[in-house]
Amino acid sequence: MTSPTIDRFSITGKLPHAKQKADIVVVGAGQAGVAAAVAAAKGGASVLLVDENPVSASLMGLDTPLYFGGRMTRAVDNKARMIEQVFASDPQLEEAFEAGVEVSLGVYAWGAFQNGPGMAAMPEAAIGLADEERSWMVAYKQLILATGSRDLSLSFQGWDQPGVMGANGLHALIKRYDAFAGNEVLILGSGDLALNTALMVVEAGLKVAALIEVRDTVQGDIGLADKVRGHGIEILTGHVIVSAKGGADGVEQATVVPVGGGDSRTLVCDTVCQAIGVVPAIELFNVLGGKLAVRSDLGGHVPQRTGAVSTALANVLVTGDCAGLGSLDAAAHGRAAAALALAGIAGQAMADEPVAAQAPGLDAHAYHTDWMAALLKVGDDSIVVCQCEEVTRGDLTAVRQPRYLGAPSDVAAKRDINSLAADGPLNQDQFKRLTRACMGQCQARRCREQVALILAQSSGVDVSKVPLAGYRAPVRPLPMSVLAADDEPAALTADWDVWFGIPTQWIPYQDIGSDREPYHIANLTDTI
Amino acid sequence: MSNPKGATVIVVGGGVSGLSAAWWLARSGVDVLVLDKGIVGWEASGRNGGGASHYQSPLFAEEQRLWPLMDEMLGYTTEYQRGKIVLATTEGQLKHYKYVAQMFTEQGSPSHEIDRQEIRERVPMSGDNILGGVHLTIAGQANPQRTVQGYAWAIQDLGGRILQHTPVLRLVSEGGKVVGVETRDGILNCDSVVVAAGPQSASLLAGIGIDLPIAAARAEMIVTEPAPMMAIGAVDGNGLYGRQTKRGNLAYGGGPHEWLDVGPSGPSARPGSPLIRNLTKRLYGLFAKAPSLRVIRSWAGVIENTPDGRPVIDRIDNVTFVTMSSVGFGLSPASGHAVRDLVMDGKCSFADLEKLSLKRFDGLDKDWREQKGWVSRSETL
Repeated sequence: MTSPTIDRFSITGKLPHAKQKADIVVVGAGQAGVAAAVAAAKGGASVLLVDENPVSASLMGLDTPLYFGGRMTRAVDNKARMIEQVFASDPQLEEAFEAGVEVSLGVYAWGAFQNGPGMAAMPEAAIGLADEERSWMVAYKQLILATGSRDLSLSFQGWDQPGVMGANGLHALIKRYDAFAGNEVLILGSGDLALNTALMVVEAGLKVAALIEVRDTVQGDIGLADKVRGHGIEILTGHVIVSAKGGADGVEQATVVPVGGGDSRTLVCDTVCQAIGVVPAIELFNVLGGKLAVRSDLGGHVPQRTGAVSTALANVLVTGDCAGLGSLDAAAHGRAAAALALAGIAGQAMADEPVAAQAPGLDAHAYHTDWMAALLKVGDDSIVVCQCEEVTRGDLTAVRQPRYLGAPSDVAAKRDINSLAADGPLNQDQFKRLTRACMGQCQARRCREQVALILAQSSGVDVSKVPLAGYRAPVRPLPMSVLAADDEPAALTADWDVWFGIPTQWIPYQDIGSDREPYHIANLTDTI
Repeated sequence: MSNPKGATVIVVGGGVSGLSAAWWLARSGVDVLVLDKGIVGWEASGRNGGGASHYQSPLFAEEQRLWPLMDEMLGYTTEYQRGKIVLATTEGQLKHYKYVAQMFTEQGSPSHEIDRQEIRERVPMSGDNILGGVHLTIAGQANPQRTVQGYAWAIQDLGGRILQHTPVLRLVSEGGKVVGVETRDGILNCDSVVVAAGPQSASLLAGIGIDLPIAAARAEMIVTEPAPMMAIGAVDGNGLYGRQTKRGNLAYGGGPHEWLDVGPSGPSARPGSPLIRNLTKRLYGLFAKAPSLRVIRSWAGVIENTPDGRPVIDRIDNVTFVTMSSVGFGLSPASGHAVRDLVMDGKCSFADLEKLSLKRFDGLDKDWREQKGWVSRSETL
């Protein structure tokens, strides 16, 4: 429905066209993303490939986008040098350049927007990008998300100190940045992720203190496990970490115990790498309003796909780990996304391959649940879950108001997780509002999954039934000076009102219908 | 009351207006039941600026009387704070904010201009681009999310009931009188009903022949990481509304909205837009000395407006209905009191609400939305 009259205070016609355009924007320069970008460029499209690496040292300090655990060397402070390092670490990027792809490194994708239900304001589909200085929009015809995965982190005594980090974070610091500040790594988990992490550490000339596994058997590939053991590395199955202790520079040792009880062991290490799991990075897809599915076999919340790479959003394709974890040929997957994107631009119908049956991976939710259960058993309620907001396990289940608000009243103190559960299925966003868990600067990267796991276990529901705590733009925490628009159209400035621009809304009640109305209308019609 | 699962009064809509009404009714010992399509306070009631400063309303005095008492009356924390500062970066804004300060003063909230020295002291993050400002002494802000849950729990503490995830499909009338509401689980009976269902109120009331003219729209806000605490956290201006939370985050909105068609089951999506860059530009203008403060979130809420932007608080037979026309959170302590009075006594005991009655829209053109350009350009949500 259109109307000849446009409310001048509405957003209709106000958002500017992007100054930069590309036929296809690819987000993420991992294997799938680069393969997609190269294939799309070879197909004749203009292609922009953006990757946020190297991320700034200050974002790394917020464990964004990966869980770096403060274990980076000072080398990451020099972004220009890091761009060279990242470029040198990945020969594929050279290939992308040669294929004519415009490659932007060190550029954050913080949001993506297109018209759909409840949104007709976009002049075109566009992605929001930023570097350390400014933000801008890039219009696209087709968007390929190859955003990979991010780290799963779980809490234990002492996890909130430097040296506790994620598998993706460790991989980035060793392989991509050559800037890992640790020497001896204790690894949590024994799936392929953990085993490969151990081999990477050894290959880098560093030590692995041990692998810790809460289940009774090694979870990953037996051949990989043999290789790890071949380096003299112990895999302690049926064990859980109790605590990490350290000093000013973070972790110095960790204590583990048998899950069923027994004698504890203390292991010397300067790093505890959580390699229990990673989670598909669905932030941008969620911001776009894409439909999600809960697929424990693919890592948790994943884009709901209509084919191997396609989604219900006609011009958005997902490829690689962000589409769902599993052993697939990432490059072929990326090329499939490029083929569909090219067909979309040409206006041709092209059937996507069906979602490939992937080798059954780990049942992620069951595995994460086992880990969380073991960690809850050996740690008490005082353990912090949300580091940014200092929310403990006990605060979460008591639905306790934050400490800066003082002690709750007697009636408020009686409220807890059971009060909320009694009134309907648990919703993580409700706990977020009341306890502030997941409200912090790290944008819940360190606690989103474990809060869901703790809520599930405390209330006896399966974690797959806990609704995702949604993502909103900007999906990277950006300084005001960076995110601030430098391209505001004159009409947007001129017609800006603090609220709806309805003068009659603000006339003092007793003056309604009086001869003072014109005076008020005159004052209330000024735009600000 | 034929159905034991019903109640003397059923409140349709667990937004802040419905919750406050139910709370006031429960305080008077009324058997009250709140039905919500989802979780209480999940729409605009929990997604707004938290302002509690509405000089224009006949409920203003009651709003300002009640807020300082709310934590104790509810038994739950609202994070209410008194006082508000509004800063201008342009001469046009300054003129407008001085007018607003004059209005507050006329309504009994002494307000005055503050000079640049005082602004620097009260708002250390503000920069040299601030031309001036005003201090509204009787005005304030609270935390919407904590407050809506506080209302809900307070209702339960008083013996009232809340059914979440229970959309009301229609109002059931017999012999010209509403006798209950239909849900997916059947009909719940009541002696009277309060309709406070936000944008969805229109279709519910249309079912019993009441034409409530409202149009829904989406508005957006941004949130930063915690900033150094200011003594008065409700600092806004530069075309924005918002506040510093007690945690220190800056939460601000303003600027253009998008008109929407919302279906009977409520908004299915609340998308954001690149407008957050323009909101950030304005916020950076307000706090120019905090360039590196990070924006960490944004949100959007869907709210309804009447043609003149003023509330409708009215009763026809045993149906009481309330829309606060996009300005409901701050006024909620008072609007609930007014609705309670209407339900129980047929008349508000503390304010004249005559000009907020529905009959002012008698004869409104059917195409009023088109005439104003308040129409959706996207599919129905």
